[in-house]
Order: sequence, then structure tokens, then C-alpha cells
Amino acid sequence: MTLTSVTRWDEFMEGIWRQNPLFVMVLGLCPALAVTVSAVNALSMGLATTFVLTCSCVLVSLLRKLIPKEVRIATYIVIIATFVTVVDYLIQAVSLALYDALGAFIQLIVVNCIILGRAEAHASKNPLLPTLINALGMSAGFTIGLFALGSVREILGAGTFFGIPLFGPDFQPWVVMVLPPGGFFVLGAWLLIFAAIARRKQRKLAEATQNA
Amino acid sequence: MTSAAIPPQTTSAVAMIRTLGLIAALCGLIIVSAYQGTYDAVQENKRIAVERAVFKVIPTAKSIVEYAAAPIGTIVKVGAGGTAPNAVPEGAVKFYAGYDASGKLSGIAAEGVAKGYSDNVRILYAYDPATAMISGFGVVAMRETPGIGDKILVDKGFLASFPLQASLSADGAILSREIVTVKHGSKANPWEIDAITGATITSRAVGRAINDSAKRLLPRIVPRISELKEQP
Amino acid sequence: MHESAAQIFINAFLANNFVLAMFLGLCPFIGVSGKLETAVPMGAASTFVMLVASLCAFGINILLDHLGLEFLRLIAYIVIIASTVQLVEMVLKKYSPGLFRALGIYLPLITTNCAVLGVALFQTAREYDFVQSITFAVGAGAGFTLALVLMASVRERLQLSDVPAVAQGTALSLMLAGILSLAFMGFAGLGG
Repeated sequence: MTLTSVTRWDEFMEGIWRQNPLFVMVLGLCPALAVTVSAVNALSMGLATTFVLTCSCVLVSLLRKLIPKEVRIATYIVIIATFVTVVDYLIQAVSLALYDALGAFIQLIVVNCIILGRAEAHASKNPLLPTLINALGMSAGFTIGLFALGSVREILGAGTFFGIPLFGPDFQPWVVMVLPPGGFFVLGAWLLIFAAIARRKQRKLAEATQNA
Repeated sequence: MTSAAIPPQTTSAVAMIRTLGLIAALCGLIIVSAYQGTYDAVQENKRIAVERAVFKVIPTAKSIVEYAAAPIGTIVKVGAGGTAPNAVPEGAVKFYAGYDASGKLSGIAAEGVAKGYSDNVRILYAYDPATAMISGFGVVAMRETPGIGDKILVDKGFLASFPLQASLSADGAILSREIVTVKHGSKANPWEIDAITGATITSRAVGRAINDSAKRLLPRIVPRISELKEQP
Repeated sequence: MHESAAQIFINAFLANNFVLAMFLGLCPFIGVSGKLETAVPMGAASTFVMLVASLCAFGINILLDHLGLEFLRLIAYIVIIASTVQLVEMVLKKYSPGLFRALGIYLPLITTNCAVLGVALFQTAREYDFVQSITFAVGAGAGFTLALVLMASVRERLQLSDVPAVAQGTALSLMLAGILSLAFMGFAGLGG
């Protein structure tokens, strides 16, 4: 393996783990909480965001030398809104049921801070390939985060996973999990778990340096 | 954000406008091609969704025709020769007529909407012109509490309220009896809906949605039902 | 079905609170709700922008419908909102420096506040007329401010209490928001 492929893999993993948009940077909360009542919805939202994020970042990266600094934010917003409109029609064409389930949150991808943040902080300064890798990593991280939320909420709140019943007919679903408060609770719980892991790692590291 | 933050060598206004124009044109091109490319599939999906919903409430129907009933008493077929495929005349009520395999009218379906517990409950109900009864309903969209409000689709006592009487008064201008939702267990008349205990607000929304829509629609179409008897 | 202005207001304000029931505007809700003194101006600024954006969206929608260009709606809305924010910023700076100093730093943040775009999108989807749209925007803004103020008050108190280190920060805010949201569920059905 050459050095460049290692760093590229590293850059891809950064979005998934170290800079996970949902669990570490806590961005893009609105869609993360609103549509994750089931695993299918969460996954679809993740894929839609992936499409918008990747396409917008690629276009921004390609045009980065052309875009004047003064109007860059306006330009990014126009580009993002374009791809959101495209994905809006694509989802309508694929499945109306899914379109109804995701509702206005497809169009609200436009104001998802992750995308504008990536366009401004990364894509506007880097050539095509690193931008693509970074965007894909970030989207994968976001999709995994949504999926983690969506599966927990669906399993607890409806007793199903991808619509398949898990616990038999006697299961009394924990309905609050698919209601708005459940979204806050589940995301809060995930963040707690991540914080606990991070602290443990830190403590181990501190102990190791003390012993050495 | 302020002008002081801009470095001395700023891009000229012409260059800015040129770039913005270029990008706007590019984005416009992308949007229009996406819109054109998916238009047929989207329309087809919408048609299938409507058909599926109507066939569910009128089980004997094999094909449907979309109509609009205008206040002055004319009924026009939606999309017949018009430029805009889904245009409905001002003030008219849209409804669907379901026809069976032999082309005979088997039922009328129309949408109703009322405020439920957490948001609007949109339903599609079926009217049987032969018996002047509301034979059943289906949900188009709702955000009611899972496990509580969505019982309206499965609760046996609630669904046993159907068919509901929806006959017109002697002069044909109003319903002879408004459709109402009553407390669980106190349904005594054919125009009453038996509410679900614990989901009263959602039950009431269904009643109100049917009543509001039927009150407007039925006086317009019942006198002209003969025009609809055969599939056009 | 015609909704009265009071119904729309109560709905947007309490029963379907933008933040706690519809999950709109969460980023500023988590980010700027640390102190009460910033929560109030942030809420006021957002309400104002929502109102202006709602008016603009209403006009733009009529124009786009008239021209048959519905597919440009989203892009038009977002551009309108972004420029409205800029315009509001400039006007405030010129005519009301005091207000500008109070709200100034929040204005750029509002562009990416999904609650503002949410107002525009929902009023279009629900086909509200002019008065309904304005009521909806004011109700949504008031609801957003209410959620922000409630959260800020709770968080100010929390600074004095003994919270396990691992739970501090966003995780705690989310749990709090969950409890607030649970409380707001009690308002459901109010606007019937």
C-alpha cells in the first residue's frame, strides 16, 4: 500500500469516526431527529443527503477557482438547493410512500449545516479527488449515525426492524420512542455512550503515559 | 460580513455577476433536466397511489374516473382536453367515480380532512349512491400517535359504525342528518360513529372530515348521479 | 378545511411547537440556549426573519405558480431568505444601530436555520392564504422563542448543580429537550 492510499483511507474514516457529523460535531440535527422513526426512513434520508453532499462538493470543488470570494456563500447555497431539488424529484419518482414519510425534510436538506460546512471548509480549498473522498466519508458517517438512531427507535418504539416484527405479538411497543421526545432521548443516549468511550480512552492514555 | 472585511483587491462587479449568472444557468439546467426526466415517473406514481387508495375504499371498482363538481351543479371530468392535467375549476369539489368490470358505477370516493390529535388527518371515504350510505374510509395521511390514534384503521367497534347513513334532506340541499362521532358505546343511529376509547380526538376527526366533505359534495352530485352511471 | 387564525397560532406556538415537536431550528436551539440573555434576542431576530421570509415566500409562490415554475420553488425560497437576512442586517445597521448591536451576531446564523425555511415550505404545502401565513410565521417564531427561553432557563439552573462529567454538554441538553418535548406533548389536540 502506498502512502497516498493510506492517507486517503484515513481521510475517509475521519468523517465516519473522528469527525462524525452527528455524534462528534452534532450537526444536521433536524433531519436526524425528525425522520428517524424507522430504519428505512433513516437510511433513505442518509442516502439522499449523501447524494446532495457529494454532488454539491464535487461541483464546488470544480468551480472553486471561478467563484468570487464575496459571493461564495450565495453560490454554494444555490448549488446545494439545485441538488436538493433534483433529489426531491428522484425520490418522488422512486416511491411516493417514502416521499410522504420524509415529508418536508427532503427539501430541508438545503439548510443542513453539514453540507454548507463541508462546501465552505473543505471543497472550496481542495481539488476533486480529496473532496470526493472527504464528502463520501462525511456522508457515510452521517448515514451511519441516522441508521443507528433509526434502528434503535424502530426496535424499541414499534418492535420491528425494517418492518419485520422482532418480539412476537405480546410485545408492548415503547411508543414514546417513535414520538418526538424519543428522538431527543435516543440521540442523547448515543452521545452519552460516545462520551463515555472517549473518556475511557483518555484515561487509559493518561495511565499509560504515567506508567511510562 | 461587513465591507471592511473584504480585502483591497476585490473582484469586479462584472466578474461577480458573470460568474453568478453562469452558475445560475448551470443550476437551472440541472433542475430542469431532473424535472423533465422524472416527470412521467412521478405522474405515474401519483396516479397509481390514487388508484390504490380508491380501490381500497371501493373494493368492487376496477377503474376510476376523476371528476370535479362545481357549485352551480355541473360535473366535469378532470383532465378532459384541458391543458393542465390536474386543474380543477374554482370552488369545485374533486371526487373519484369507481366503475366495475362491466363499466357500471360502483361507488364514489372523495377526500376529507380535519384536525386530529397532532396534525391534519386526511382520509378518503367511499359513498355508495345505491344505498345513500358512506361505506367506508381509508387514511391518506396522518401523524396520529402510533398505537393510539392509528387504531381508527383496525378498531372493530369503530369500523362497525360503517356504513353510515348519508341521505339528503327533502329539498336535497343539505344532509338530512349530519354525521357525528359519539362517545364509545352510545351509538344509536345510523349516522353516528362510535368513538374509540382513548382516541376520541382522532375518531372525531374522521367524523368531521367525512361530514364536512359530504355536506359539500353530496348535494351537488346526488341529483346528477344518472350522468355518472356509465363509464364515459 | 379552513383553519382559523387562532387555531394556526396555537398550533405553531404550542401543540406543534417548531422545535420540540417538529424538530426545526435545532442547531440554534442547542447552540444558543446557554444563557437567557442571548436566547431572547435570538428568538426575536428569528421571529422577525420568519415573518419577512413568510411574506416574501407568499409573494414568490404566487409568481411561480402563475409562471408554472414550481420546480424552482425551493431554490427561490432559499435565495430569498438569504438575501432577506442580508437586507434586514443592512437596514437595521443603518436605522437602528442599538437593535443591530443586540441582534447583529445572530443574523447570519439565521440563514441556515431550518425553522425559517420550514415556515416558507409548510405554508406553501398547507396552502395558507395571506393572513394565515402571517399568523403561522408569528406563531412559529413565538414557539421557537418560547422553546429557546425555557431551555436557557433550565440550563442556567443546571450550571449550579452537580452533573456527572460524562453527561455534560450536548448529551445533557438533548435529554433536557426530550423532557421538555414530553411536556409539550400535553398540548397536542389543543388547536382542534
